[in-house]
Amino acid sequence: MLAAKYKPGEKVKVLKAYPLGHIRTPYYIRGCVGEIERICGAFPNPEELAQMRSGLPPLPLYRVRFRQKEVWPDYRGSDADVLEVEIFEHWLDRA
Amino acid sequence: MIERSHHDMGGLPAGKVEPGGIDATHDYALWERRVDAMAVLLQGIKPGTKRLVTVDERRRAIEMIPPKAYDEMSYYERWVISLAEALIQRGIVTSEELARKMVEVQTRAGG
Repeated sequence: MLAAKYKPGEKVKVLKAYPLGHIRTPYYIRGCVGEIERICGAFPNPEELAQMRSGLPPLPLYRVRFRQKEVWPDYRGSDADVLEVEIFEHWLDRA
Repeated sequence: MIERSHHDMGGLPAGKVEPGGIDATHDYALWERRVDAMAVLLQGIKPGTKRLVTVDERRRAIEMIPPKAYDEMSYYERWVISLAEALIQRGIVTSEELARKMVEVQTRAGG
């Protein structure tokens, strides 16, 4: 496994890009800024597995925490509400 | 550019959510159970079985289904598509074998 680039608490920005293929990063979260909640481990890259390649070496996967208000402009719930999404390292940049 | 794939619907308006709706009460048909069993076997989930296809290539095949067909198909109908696509891609069955089998089954069913 590759050493994880980010630590819990660090701010990251999800890549705002729309490539082809099998993508696990949801559309709605691309371009959003969140905070690393935890490192989930490392797993073969699903984008590669989907094309029948090995997906190795395993990529770090993070659970990233976003504020609901920042994800949905018209969100009417509490300021404290958060949304967590599991995102592979290659979709994240330091924010 | 295809900015948003049809399956990637998170955040789009979808009407009222019915907790435990149709999925909670759906009684699976025999063919649906068979499709599920085939997926488990082909993905090598059972100890001692070989992994012939991955869940990721099956997901990719499901995501390639055109939007209208995607919406009209049931959950396990999409699974059948994904298994067939993966088996053809992997060379485990050929399109011709699948075609001939489909005709045979249709004939047997009186169609």
